[in-house]
Amino acid sequence: MKTKIVLAAITTLALAGALAACSAGGDGGASTGGGGNADANCSNTIKKKDAPIVTLWAWYPNSEAVVDNFNEEHDDVQVCWTNAGAGGAEYDKFQTAISAGSGAPDVVMVEADRIAPFQVQDALVDLKDLGYADVKDNFSEGAWKDVSVGDGVYGAPIDGGPMGMIYRKDVFDKYGITPPTTWQEFEAAAQKVKDAGGPNFASFAANQPAEVTALMYQNGAEPFTYDPSDKGEIGINLNSDEVKEVLDYWAGLVKKGLVGTEDQFTPEYISAVIAGDYATYLSAAWAPGYLQGAGVGEGADAGVWATAPMPQWDPADPVAINWGGSAFSVTKQAKDPELAAKVAFGVYADKKSLDEGWQNQIIFPLNQDVLKSEEFQNYEVPFFGGQQANKEVYVPAANAYKGMTYTPIGQYYYSALTKQIAAINDGKVTGSEAADALQKDVVAYAKEQGLTVKE
Amino acid sequence: MTATIDRPVTSKRRSSTARRQNLTGWAFVAPFGIIFLALLVVPIGYAFYLSLFQKSLIGGTRFVLFGNYVKAFNDPSFLSGVGFVIRFSLVLIPLQMALSLAIALMLDIIITRFARFSRLMIFMPYAIPTVIGALMWGFLYSDNFGPLAEIFESFGRQAPDFLSSSLIFYGLLNIVTWQWAGYYMIIIYAALQGIDPTLYEAARIDGASQWQIIWRIKIPLVAPALLLILVFALIGTLQFFNEPKILQQLAAGAIPNDFTPNMYAYQQAFSLANSNYGAAISFALGAVVFVCVYIFLFATRKRGSFTS
Repeated sequence: MKTKIVLAAITTLALAGALAACSAGGDGGASTGGGGNADANCSNTIKKKDAPIVTLWAWYPNSEAVVDNFNEEHDDVQVCWTNAGAGGAEYDKFQTAISAGSGAPDVVMVEADRIAPFQVQDALVDLKDLGYADVKDNFSEGAWKDVSVGDGVYGAPIDGGPMGMIYRKDVFDKYGITPPTTWQEFEAAAQKVKDAGGPNFASFAANQPAEVTALMYQNGAEPFTYDPSDKGEIGINLNSDEVKEVLDYWAGLVKKGLVGTEDQFTPEYISAVIAGDYATYLSAAWAPGYLQGAGVGEGADAGVWATAPMPQWDPADPVAINWGGSAFSVTKQAKDPELAAKVAFGVYADKKSLDEGWQNQIIFPLNQDVLKSEEFQNYEVPFFGGQQANKEVYVPAANAYKGMTYTPIGQYYYSALTKQIAAINDGKVTGSEAADALQKDVVAYAKEQGLTVKE
Repeated sequence: MTATIDRPVTSKRRSSTARRQNLTGWAFVAPFGIIFLALLVVPIGYAFYLSLFQKSLIGGTRFVLFGNYVKAFNDPSFLSGVGFVIRFSLVLIPLQMALSLAIALMLDIIITRFARFSRLMIFMPYAIPTVIGALMWGFLYSDNFGPLAEIFESFGRQAPDFLSSSLIFYGLLNIVTWQWAGYYMIIIYAALQGIDPTLYEAARIDGASQWQIIWRIKIPLVAPALLLILVFALIGTLQFFNEPKILQQLAAGAIPNDFTPNMYAYQQAFSLANSNYGAAISFALGAVVFVCVYIFLFATRKRGSFTS
């Protein structure tokens, strides 16, 4: 009898589990968000109930504090914030809301590389005449280029990801190397460490196509040209010599066993980083915060991290690159685009919110007021053992960054690039072959999407 | 309709009674009917309707009739996904069935507390949501946390990486077998319990050994249950989604977005903003499932019938 009861209980559990699994798998629906309704479910408490409400999706860990700051300072508008998931999870929801024609918030957090794909679907509002002029000077040209598509501006920049080379001082000291300044030196250093029985020097991860794209840009590649005023035309140049050189370089490092090929951001990878399996981590300014959150820099590997500028192809003509960073975009479903634009430009723009963001290493702000401030420049980053990383590495990188042209078929491109990196890592193709295959694949998709392709 | 109107007056009363009875009948069916229509028929119909259109980023949506299906069956991504799930089924299903049958037969023979406990334990994985199961195995396979790595290390060897593109097939095979073998075992076990014990007695009197009883009596008599499991497993495997989707977060290189047809449909619909093609892939997959199950049932029709 007892067995029966237990069995019944387990069966019920199993059923519930199966149902949960189903809904987890199939859930792409716009179940959250209120489409600009005043009575939408907000995660924050709205204090000034008479003011008009703008709904916002954002995922940064301090979003609530930032929204509260904004609401306190404004009587004319209040923000109703929802965390609709980080990155891909939010985009999938937003995408569904776009397809459905309702369910999107007024303002949505998007990364720079996602703006063009949403813009081409006519889902975002051009902010050129909605307050852009007032804040134009707060950001660099590169920051604006990243949130622009053609002549239109489709996002208010929040933070960026100027890249640097994070490395372990202990490993560098042990094998007697100094931070390499060129990619040739990088490879030589990797070889030296490897020959002495040291750890992997870096990682070439299939699941980070955005990082690899940044590396291509650094070599002067321009994989995409796109201007929506000529909506049907896109330039795709993924098998240029510059791209091939970068992919061949990394394919070579992989083949020689100098770098790891694990996916990044997985628990596996983080624990390998903590264990000292990687001598460097080529990443953005937001990485320390992320790594710290995952437990890096505590215990065994505390105080061993430092950062240096990215290695260059041509040291005489250094190129700064960027990985990640977000913006607030106003959606076409916004009830009052003007008010929504005010929120997009206003949230995360007051000093209190910005300071909290960078001090806790949640964001690397792009606001020039912060970048120029002594407090920010001279900040001794605890993760880097007190190194003035902002002044030495990240602020110069952010200022030198020229911006990228993102493609409206970015989703597909990333997925195709992931496949090719995996093929490189498996030793199935060379870098050049991967570039050719990538070009063919992405061009075919672009044509199928009705774009006129310039190769 | 005209026929009812022209009916003679005499039958009117009877027909109105019949109509009332009919209405009562419908009222009973209504709760089910409404839910069935709203949650199953309408969505499927709508998905089918969507699948008849083609959407592109430029130029919008246009009606293409079966164009998407033609495209799907020429799409290397879809075809390689289908190829994968078919290959996967060919290995997985026999393995799963043999395993669950063997366990069920063993548990049928041993009648102790231990058997009950084992039955429960073997069934347990099914009680764990597939998503969690996949996550858990992801960790077990891990080079840094996993027990596998430690075991191999103690022999001075490196553990195979089941999340690499060359071994992911086996990694997934293990997860799915672990997850479902217990469930199938219960089905077979229940069928075994339903066999009349006098048959065994008769067999034993005739001098049959334990093995003969298994081969000549037990297995033939649970054949319908095996058939049921086969169909379940076939449908389930062709629609493979949860496990690879979860493991993708740990092994994006080994599991691309078009790894299985269902994942590909998901990518099309929710990442690439092409719900039309996503719907078409789902239906195309449905067609593949239908054909596979049909072929299978056709092939086993004779063998299944000897039990009746």
